[in-house]
Amino acid sequence: MMSDRQQLSYIASQAADARLNVELETEGMTLNIGPQHPATHGTLRIIARLDGEQVIWAEPSAGYMHRGYEKLTEVRTFPQVTTLINRIDWLGSFANEVPFILAAEKLMEIEAPPRAQVIRTILFELSRIANVSLFLGDLGVQMGAITPVFLAFRDREYVLNLIEGATGGRFHPNFDRIGGLKDDLPKGWIDETKQVMKKLIGFCDEIEDLLFGNEIFQSRMRGIGVIPADIAKEYGLSGANLRASGVDYDLRRDQDIALSYDKADFKVWTHPDGDSWARCWIRLQETRESCKIVQQLIEQIPAGPVMTKVPRIIKVPEGEAYVSTENPLGEMGYYVVSKGDLGPFRVKIRSASFNNISITPWVLKGVYVPDIITILASLYFILGDIDR
Amino acid sequence: MIDLSRSSWVVAPLSDTETTDADAPQALPGDGLREGIVDDLRQRIGDALIDSHIVPNDDLFVRVATDSWADTAGALKTAGFTWFSFLSAIDWMPSPYGKGEEDPTVEKEPIDMTIKQGVCGGETRMQVFARLTDLDRHVGITIKADVPDDKPVVDSWTGSFAGANWHERECHEMFGIGFNGHPDLRNMYLPGEFEGHPMKKDFPLLARMVKPWPGIVDVEPMPVQDEEEAGGDES
Repeated sequence: MMSDRQQLSYIASQAADARLNVELETEGMTLNIGPQHPATHGTLRIIARLDGEQVIWAEPSAGYMHRGYEKLTEVRTFPQVTTLINRIDWLGSFANEVPFILAAEKLMEIEAPPRAQVIRTILFELSRIANVSLFLGDLGVQMGAITPVFLAFRDREYVLNLIEGATGGRFHPNFDRIGGLKDDLPKGWIDETKQVMKKLIGFCDEIEDLLFGNEIFQSRMRGIGVIPADIAKEYGLSGANLRASGVDYDLRRDQDIALSYDKADFKVWTHPDGDSWARCWIRLQETRESCKIVQQLIEQIPAGPVMTKVPRIIKVPEGEAYVSTENPLGEMGYYVVSKGDLGPFRVKIRSASFNNISITPWVLKGVYVPDIITILASLYFILGDIDR
Repeated sequence: MIDLSRSSWVVAPLSDTETTDADAPQALPGDGLREGIVDDLRQRIGDALIDSHIVPNDDLFVRVATDSWADTAGALKTAGFTWFSFLSAIDWMPSPYGKGEEDPTVEKEPIDMTIKQGVCGGETRMQVFARLTDLDRHVGITIKADVPDDKPVVDSWTGSFAGANWHERECHEMFGIGFNGHPDLRNMYLPGEFEGHPMKKDFPLLARMVKPWPGIVDVEPMPVQDEEEAGGDES
């Protein structure tokens, strides 16, 4: 009769023998991650060919959520389009509406009143905070840390409440109109925003302590998935992914646009490393900067109307315009072609995640399987933003 | 004493490449710069530059010959336009189906099917267009080229900008435009056996064909009017 301990060691030795006797496969295997997988944030499917633990070829397969928005815009009128484009990046919906409305306003040669512009900018930054705070929480989950995501959901709720308070919609505000905004801010909203911004800055500190100072987090992120600046430019990476590669470019600062960023003092962060850690770190700093922008702009909302005079039936004159803004995920732009009709003739939606994810075949080459998850997480995409 | 301020967490970068830290807003590009860009491009590609259009203080459009579509990408890249934004196409034919909002009982008015190209003109029904940005000078440019009607094929940009790969795949399946020299023109979104090119104007939006937009066919009188009429009867 063997003791339990002896029996265990016997089983272990048998198993070790069995492993040795298996002939080693050297052909490599193909691993499918997704379309339904907890690490893919939706239905992005990654097909990876592996050699042992190393990826020798990887290709994302998109299209599980393609809704054909570019075609649908052609049968909508201009004000109806915002309902569709709200659903492109659903975590920062308000930010999607702004560039399209600005493009339509540019073609109509009108501009929103100053008050509407400032409120637009504030809501734009609030949707960035809502979007990126979830990213910061989600980062931990990719590495097995459960706590940060609860903090993120808790604090994002405050921001969503603000967006709901002002617009009436938590995720899909549909609040931006050609020529201004649907409504003015509700009473007491400004005071509440000030308090929430303090909470959110505290949230950033909390996440920084929990995650960014964590040794495991650093060893999983630093030096992994490095994207050099010239490659990043060639693939059209934008937003934090581009700035993490050391390119100092931010559309909030670097273009003349009818938003009130010139009234706020903020820093555009860059990082020279270009690795996963840099991308996450830039986003953390940007959330802080966004809070600061909101804090500054909330003091400077001018009095006046929130809507300029526009005809009841909006016809946009013939022309073409491209307007892009620095959205939470990166540069989002709309190339709007109008033929003087009620609806657009053609809208090309340049969404950030499409370009950001198109680099994955390049960046995933040669990495190890667990790093696929962290690299994808750090590139940060929203499925609706890839597939449109 | 231990520094407990947030800056103590800032971890030293791994690489020693220096980043430029220009926080002050740089001068925005003027129209002089845009004219200079057009002149520079004309020197690089010559007569292939067919037309250019500058929206004052705003934007720059150029149209190039189909043959030098790929050369233009390389020329602009060396001229400083290193950041690739997007590549797509436009079908300039008006849609023969309208918006699918018409009342089916009323006879349709004939649709004017003349093809009219937009900014910078054009001669063909389809055009490819792309956008590049110069990240140092903060100026963007939209490049257009005609796609021959009989043989809708242009050269691929993937040689100059690797990011054009996915955009050309999308363009290929949505518009049926071929790209010479593209490594892998598989479908991105649609199933492999899908027939037709959905973004072409003569491809009907089937959802609208099957059932016209509601609200147009089912017009009920406004409730306010009813109340007024009812009130009128009582008095």
